[in-house]
Amino acid sequence: MEQRGTRVALGIWTALVVLFLWIPLALIAVYAFNKSNVQSWPIPAFSTHWFHAAWTSEVRTSLWLSVRVGLIATGIALVLGSMAAFGVARFSFFGRDAISFLLVLPIALPGIVTGIALNSAFVTGHINLSQWTIVVGHATFCVVIVYNNVLARLRRSSPSLLEASADLGADGWQTFRFVVWPVLSTALVAGGLLAFALSFDEVIVTTFTAGSQNTIPLLILGYIRLGQQLPVVNVIAFAMIVLTTIPVLLAQRLMRDTGVLRRSAGNVTEAVESAQVTAV
Amino acid sequence: MATSLDAAEGLSHRPPGRPARAARLRLSGLFWRHSWAKALLLLAPPLLAFILVYLASLAALFISSFWTIDPFTSELKHVWNVDNYRTLWQTGAYHSIALRTIGIAAAVTLTDAILAFPLGYFMARIASGRSRAFIFVAVLLPLWSSYLVRVYIWRLILDDKGVLNWALEKVGLPAANLGYSNWAVWLIFTYVWLPFMILPVYGALERIPDSYIEASRDLGAGGWTTFRRVLLPLALPGVVAGSIFTFSLTLGDYVTPLLAGGASSQFIGNVVYDAINTQQTPFAAAFAAVPLAVMGVYLLIARKLGAFEAL
Repeated sequence: MEQRGTRVALGIWTALVVLFLWIPLALIAVYAFNKSNVQSWPIPAFSTHWFHAAWTSEVRTSLWLSVRVGLIATGIALVLGSMAAFGVARFSFFGRDAISFLLVLPIALPGIVTGIALNSAFVTGHINLSQWTIVVGHATFCVVIVYNNVLARLRRSSPSLLEASADLGADGWQTFRFVVWPVLSTALVAGGLLAFALSFDEVIVTTFTAGSQNTIPLLILGYIRLGQQLPVVNVIAFAMIVLTTIPVLLAQRLMRDTGVLRRSAGNVTEAVESAQVTAV
Repeated sequence: MATSLDAAEGLSHRPPGRPARAARLRLSGLFWRHSWAKALLLLAPPLLAFILVYLASLAALFISSFWTIDPFTSELKHVWNVDNYRTLWQTGAYHSIALRTIGIAAAVTLTDAILAFPLGYFMARIASGRSRAFIFVAVLLPLWSSYLVRVYIWRLILDDKGVLNWALEKVGLPAANLGYSNWAVWLIFTYVWLPFMILPVYGALERIPDSYIEASRDLGAGGWTTFRRVLLPLALPGVVAGSIFTFSLTLGDYVTPLLAGGASSQFIGNVVYDAINTQQTPFAAAFAAVPLAVMGVYLLIARKLGAFEAL
């Protein structure tokens, strides 16, 4: 085993890196309660004033658009992603790896490439940019999140379960309802939550697929660029951190309850796979 | 042949119950025997949607990079040429923008690897189960929390009157004034993508059996030699897997340089963004081909180093 000195040094390093990750997130919580219009440190006085002020009609419209887009894109991703995962997991055929590679492209390639490709396709096809073009953009990179989650789960569950179900006289629907669904449901919910969190927060592809309408990230990007409404930005930023924490913690819990966090290579792989796929 | 078989089976073992159930059972049997049909039915819709929407757009984009915009009418002229690429090649400003983008992406990747490796080692081999789970969630939450918010908060921190200068003043150091510079861009990218490096590095380190390290010690290797000759080569696929994310995400970004960079912090993404806004799609496509080509080469090298197994 490592010497005591090494262990302590590594522990301190780990603590410092975790602090590096979390201090900025803690600061945004403090700034949200900043009474002043000026964003300097230390904060002169605290107030919850801006929480009321942030609830403007502009913010509400953007929030509602972000929620709609997130829900529709997640729905599409759940259907297409799990179909692809079922197709790939249970059957081996030529070009199977190519499919995995293909689906990962929207998150492996620089986001701006996806953005301008879709943008010029919409412009060329005379499709007006709208809520639906944002949905298409988000769905392309959300599919892979669901796909990876479902595929990882299917690979860990034994195909003999399905054979046993068929041998006992179940038809396809019954097998799905009583065998596949219980194994799969948490992976689907986790994948859906992560896909929603990703869509809700996306900026780069959205810039190129949104017309005049603003999702929440586009709205605050505009505010930050112009240096306007910064107290409102602080409040929205704080709310977004809290709101994205909830689906991620839920997804994490769902994966953990199925044994993902126990110490074994396969389990960690699933956790890592499902955690690291994101496009931004 | 398959049909006659189905008919024969249907006759001999017709299950009791409603006719609908019998039909369903026959259908299940059919799909069981012809699994390729099921695979095709499952794969066709997602793949078709993906090819029609995503791949077709990508292909059209790169075809358009060989066209030009008429400067007088702003209409797209479908005449094949390499003018856009020639402009890129001959303009010094674009060289420095491309080099800056690639250079900062490489620096960010290296910094993240250095920060992540000891942490991954601590998580995989020293931490108890409970603290491992805690660190895992502590790394996972920032990964999923809003990218834009995390860039914005660093703007506040690095501001002249921000937390950093305040803290430096408290300990008696001169103000840093890092805001709106390439240093700020490097620091923010390092912060934002760090979790993407930590998770695969941890995964790779966790898979190294304890006995390898014991064997290395038994053979007389010191800590440094064990790290260099045993740990690093075995964990390298994880580091490379993480670097795919840190490198690619930095290459394609334009928001961080826009919000936190200075006058000379333009990235490829900023030029592309401006070109799209001024309807110069062919030029934007040509410049966007640069990070794409760099990523293509990078992915090929990564595959050689075994990074895809570590993903």
